[in-house]
Amino acid sequence: MSAALFGLVLAGGASTRMQRDKAVLAYHGRPQLDWAYELLSEVCAATFISVRPDQRNEATRAQFPQIVDRQPGAGPIAGISAALQEHPKAAWLIVACDLPFLTREILQHLVAHRDPQRVATAYRSAHDSLPEPLCAIWEPVAREAVLAYMQSGKQCPRKFLINSNALLLDLPDARALDNVNTVDEFSAASAALQNPLPRASHDLSHKGNGEEASSAPAKAAALSPSPAHLAGEGRGEGAAKRTIALRIQYYALLREQAGRSEETVDTSAGTPTELYRELQARHPFKLGPEQLKVAINAEFSDWNTALRSGDTIVFIPPVAGG
Amino acid sequence: MKPFSFSTTALQVDAYRQDLADPAAGGYASFEGWVRNHNEGHEVTRLEYEAFEALAYKEGERIVTEAIARFGVINAICVHRIGSLGIGELAVWVGVSSRHRAEAFAACRYIIDEVKHRVPIWKKEHYVSGDSGWVNCERCAAHGYEHDHVHEHGH
Repeated sequence: MSAALFGLVLAGGASTRMQRDKAVLAYHGRPQLDWAYELLSEVCAATFISVRPDQRNEATRAQFPQIVDRQPGAGPIAGISAALQEHPKAAWLIVACDLPFLTREILQHLVAHRDPQRVATAYRSAHDSLPEPLCAIWEPVAREAVLAYMQSGKQCPRKFLINSNALLLDLPDARALDNVNTVDEFSAASAALQNPLPRASHDLSHKGNGEEASSAPAKAAALSPSPAHLAGEGRGEGAAKRTIALRIQYYALLREQAGRSEETVDTSAGTPTELYRELQARHPFKLGPEQLKVAINAEFSDWNTALRSGDTIVFIPPVAGG
Repeated sequence: MKPFSFSTTALQVDAYRQDLADPAAGGYASFEGWVRNHNEGHEVTRLEYEAFEALAYKEGERIVTEAIARFGVINAICVHRIGSLGIGELAVWVGVSSRHRAEAFAACRYIIDEVKHRVPIWKKEHYVSGDSGWVNCERCAAHGYEHDHVHEHGH
């Protein structure tokens, strides 16, 4: 017999590159946290949200049943582990709150194909065929293994699933689990979902439009071009942009792929995000921006910081000291 | 000496240890990271360390300062090698002096853990097969979620 299925929306992330809380972004006319919570509630016996201790009383989060991270700072695996410990007999359908294209069909498909004998049932990424840990069912048997994994200093839930007996399913819709980390990606996803872009005054209340919103995403996702494509188009506007001179230094893998340790570029890129995209077109960089950090003038920086002429930029691949 | 530094030659542990001596200290704990001959199933012949030094100094110093404040130890130092290292060589050294042992161990652990995760240092592994590769998260982070990517890769 399989364990009861509980739901958990992961909403404890720092949203550093978005520069605003990803849980409140409204793709469907209300905060994505609400939206994801409701989708989960339809297929789960009980649903919770995952928060860091310091987020418990935030307005967006206070209204939901919460499970508090026991090891804040460890990333999403802290939320998964806290849930498995809080209700050790339940299985957990874990969902991140930055998946605007998630639909009830995707969740229903996962539940229908769940194998409770495995550590987890997850989708295979449409991009690289590796498991997607943040839209997956984690069985009670995962609890001890996740704890041991974290105690050994590891934190990557994806790598945990790679090395487990998780059942992997093909995604019915290739981009259903595309996630959104930056303002550009948010704009693109909003456009793809045919929602108006939020303005400073945009209304996050429910406004009773939940019903029409809930039928929209599947259709919109099927009809629209990919977010990346839209993002590219968006930048075509404002053709006569000023250019600035930047010095870029490369280290490790990026140095080898660029074939140089440094270069100077004249660019119209306004942020590190735009600059990296530009450099990716010139050099065979395989690492995506989500795998990198960025430093401006030898200090860690945000991907949306405005670049100034004369800045020295370093893109930092995953580090490996020690 | 500086709280965090790099060396292109063999680490001089005795000298660093002397630097931590203090009449108020009741003990000293240290950690040595050594180059081992295998990682994730591959036989490794040597490692090359490379650092973005301007930022690494700052971040390394921040870590050591944090550890001293957080655990109330007397002094702490971390030294990291860069360049090419053979099997068995000392790649990183952390030393902490304190009044009592518990906080010395804790601070030592904190420093090495944070250095591995935060300081812009990279290592390239050279394998018996003649191949080489940068130790990083290419495989598991590909199109990943936004989690601050932290992985243990040994060494």
